[in-house]
Amino acid sequence: MKSAVIVFPGSNREGDMANALEQATGARPAMLWHADHELPAGTDLVVLPGGFSYGDYLRCGAIAGRAPIMDAVRAHAARGGLVLGVCNGFQILCESGLLPGVLMRNANLRFVCKMQHLRVERNDTAFTRNYAKGQIIEVCIAHGEGNYEADDATIERIEGEGLVAFRYANATGVIGGAANPNGSRNDIAGIFSDKRNVLGLMPHPENLIDPLVGGIDGRALFESLARAA
Amino acid sequence: MKARVVVTLKNGVLDPQGKAIEGALKSLGVSGVDSVRQGKVFDIEVTGDATTAKAQLTAACEKLLANTVIENYHIDI
Repeated sequence: MKSAVIVFPGSNREGDMANALEQATGARPAMLWHADHELPAGTDLVVLPGGFSYGDYLRCGAIAGRAPIMDAVRAHAARGGLVLGVCNGFQILCESGLLPGVLMRNANLRFVCKMQHLRVERNDTAFTRNYAKGQIIEVCIAHGEGNYEADDATIERIEGEGLVAFRYANATGVIGGAANPNGSRNDIAGIFSDKRNVLGLMPHPENLIDPLVGGIDGRALFESLARAA
Repeated sequence: MKARVVVTLKNGVLDPQGKAIEGALKSLGVSGVDSVRQGKVFDIEVTGDATTAKAQLTAACEKLLANTVIENYHIDI
């Protein structure tokens, strides 16, 4: 598994992401700058980390989604290459056209920073094969714009084609209601692209890989990816 | 030449910031406010004739200034 992490001005989770990838794959990812134009030869996985790229100017992820490196990321995805976007990375994937929909301001207008349970919707993907289908995991969230929104036809297609990756749940597995932290449509925390080679999610699995920080429920995502190539 | 681009949320898209502003106006006692929708204004200096500028600004809106999933745009030259 050869991975690369894209660093934009204002990214701040790239170090955590590199640690999670190294723990699972045994290899440190290449760190690429947003102004680069090419991925290293043989890259299997491209990761867009969390943070506040370009200060969230205009819209979250809007300017990063059009950065020079993104043409190479789009070409990688079109070839079937794996792409993971977490938090601001998810926002960038939506703005770049690699995933449908948009992340809007949280419905309650508050920045949420807390532990959050999720339900794993399917485990037949490169990202989730080391989880069980329907498994409830606990990871953390930290965002002000995580309210997933798309038009009705898009939501219907995402649901119909099984492209929801994770939904907000409580500890006992009840979906939505008070467990939805941001007002996301259908309690969506993460979605796949049509071919399930691109995943965007608001929660931070890369921060739950060490018992020292309160849990390791994020590890399986990276261990799944480590098996993918 | 000066141009102004106004980007607004499409009808039906929830606007929590507009709602909060609406609530604040009501709490200030500003009467007659039925609803508030928040948008963005871009004042842009452009060169060339109006037709060319309009085409370039339309491209700017489609490529970057507006997210057409949730936003409409209007160009004044």
